[in-house]
Amino acid sequence: MYVAVKGGEKAIDNAHAWLGEMRRGDLDVAELSIAQIRNQLGLAVDRVMAEGSLYDPDLAALAIKQSRGDLIEAIFLVRAYRTTLPRFGAGQPIKTGDMACMRRISATFKDAPGGQVLGPTFDYTHRLLDFKLAAEGVTDEAEKAEAIMNEAKPHITSFLNQEGLIQSEPSCDEAPSDLTREPLELPASRALRLQALTRGDEGFVLGMGYSTQRGYGRNHAFVGELRIGDVAVELDIPELGFAVEIADIEVSECETVNQFAGSKTEPPQFTRGYGLVFGQSERKAISMALVDRALRWKELGEDNPGTPAQDEEFVLYHCDNIQATGFVEHIKLPHYVDFQAELELVRTLRKEATEANALREAAE
Amino acid sequence: MNTEYNFAYLDEQTKRMIRRALLKGVAIPGYQVPFASREMPMPYGWGTGGVQVSAACLVPDDTLKVIDQGADDTTNAVSIRKFFEKTAGVEVTEETAEATVIQTRHRIPERDLTENQILVYQVPIPEPLRFLEPRETETRKMHALEEYGLMHVKLYEDIARHGHIATSYAYPVKIEGRYVMDPSPIPKFDNPKMEMAALQLFGAGREQRIYAVPPYTKVVSLDFEDHPFERGGAQQACGLCDAQDAYLDEVIMDDAGTRMFVCSDTDFCRERREAGHIGEMGMPITEDAA
Repeated sequence: MYVAVKGGEKAIDNAHAWLGEMRRGDLDVAELSIAQIRNQLGLAVDRVMAEGSLYDPDLAALAIKQSRGDLIEAIFLVRAYRTTLPRFGAGQPIKTGDMACMRRISATFKDAPGGQVLGPTFDYTHRLLDFKLAAEGVTDEAEKAEAIMNEAKPHITSFLNQEGLIQSEPSCDEAPSDLTREPLELPASRALRLQALTRGDEGFVLGMGYSTQRGYGRNHAFVGELRIGDVAVELDIPELGFAVEIADIEVSECETVNQFAGSKTEPPQFTRGYGLVFGQSERKAISMALVDRALRWKELGEDNPGTPAQDEEFVLYHCDNIQATGFVEHIKLPHYVDFQAELELVRTLRKEATEANALREAAE
Repeated sequence: MNTEYNFAYLDEQTKRMIRRALLKGVAIPGYQVPFASREMPMPYGWGTGGVQVSAACLVPDDTLKVIDQGADDTTNAVSIRKFFEKTAGVEVTEETAEATVIQTRHRIPERDLTENQILVYQVPIPEPLRFLEPRETETRKMHALEEYGLMHVKLYEDIARHGHIATSYAYPVKIEGRYVMDPSPIPKFDNPKMEMAALQLFGAGREQRIYAVPPYTKVVSLDFEDHPFERGGAQQACGLCDAQDAYLDEVIMDDAGTRMFVCSDTDFCRERREAGHIGEMGMPITEDAA
């Protein structure tokens, strides 16, 4: 006697209750607060804001708590929330030249106006586990040159610009289309590509950027400048007739300087790749700049031998981790109807193959 | 009903955008209309396209049915039905005949649908040519030029190699003599049912495409004159309700591998058992068994 499996609804409710219990973990251990996550897991919060395309550290911290630290799940929570928010207007382009830099380095000039500012970096730390951290908190105050941090620093590439050595980017007043409001159609403008990359999966963009360095679409890059700090966001208020500052946000910006031998129409000069990411994420900003530069092959009249990083359709269709994780994981959903169809087909084909073999053997 | 969100979750602007895409889809049957798919609170690949289409179609006095693999009680169907109960507060039902909007994954109900019903399909990969040509830029061109030679070559190669067209689900169809369309991963057994009285809408969220088959539109499964399309039929009757011509799931009963075949359409099976049809392994339906 067979009774079909019922009770999916109850099972789902119970599974979710168990998930909640697992999230909280051992009740003898103090519960994490949103403020703790926001302050002490700041780089995780930054990644969730960047790939969630929503600058809100508290919501990102909440998402990290809710997702038990699964950052892609947290990004998903933020995205699903973001999509329901009304649009009040579009901000003015942020002025990264006016940034209050906590970090600003150049790999192309030993020194430049504004100086090299290391800032809070993992670079040059020895990656040795610090067992002191396991025992008690460390509260060393750092000495900071606040005055230097707060003065505006010109973009390094502007010095190359003075000599005409670096390609100048065409300026454009046209509002770029919004990837989250219009379907992606190819070929995409550079603005749209950059939108996709800045919210693209850090691991994917890193891998693509790395591949260009290893020869799949090589465009030897120097980090012309990498800067991290706060910039003001300004919004035009139609009723007032001028723009007002509505927020400060922290961003990481990377401009690469790439060799370019020149083409039929352009003299030899340097070209740029550009990366801009919410929060502190220089790995992502550098990777993004490498991939941006690789995707510009057509506009610069370069060859494309078919490398993945130069392939706009490949990069843009696969860089979004929310799309990717959903589709990859959906194969765990029931597929027994399709599988049944395949089962019957394979049985038929096998039966025919066995019969044909038997006939052949009989004939031999 | 949850009132923190708009009726059926999506804001009215988004619904309007989706309805525009739907109207275009109905006007050009089988053509894939790009639309600005939103991030939904369930993952891509889990029916976000279908959910957005349903959300754009639902009105407060609709009755919704959701099935996955033909069944109302599969986990994802339960989850989507709950979502609309919570955000739209519409009536839900498991009875095919009662529903005005039916969202489905991988099946068409066995019972004939009527002009008063809308069937919404969840579509993973809307492009029937995708596995022959991975580039969207190329496949759009192929559709525009009605260049379907590649598909026929693929079907021909299947016949040359296996003696059959080796596609058992998501079997490509031609709509009203123009667009080749992916019917979503329904078994090819369901293909002939696509010429129906109800409006059929297809939503692919991750791939940002919507398409439609209006009522009574001609839907032809691709084939050759000397190798006509075969629907393939049930090899046996349903073990519970004795249906002779329904699509069946194979259930493994014990460690010895004993098999049983039951209707994949759970509502159809229930209705038949209630009407007194009893299969080899079934028993009369009673209140507490339901």
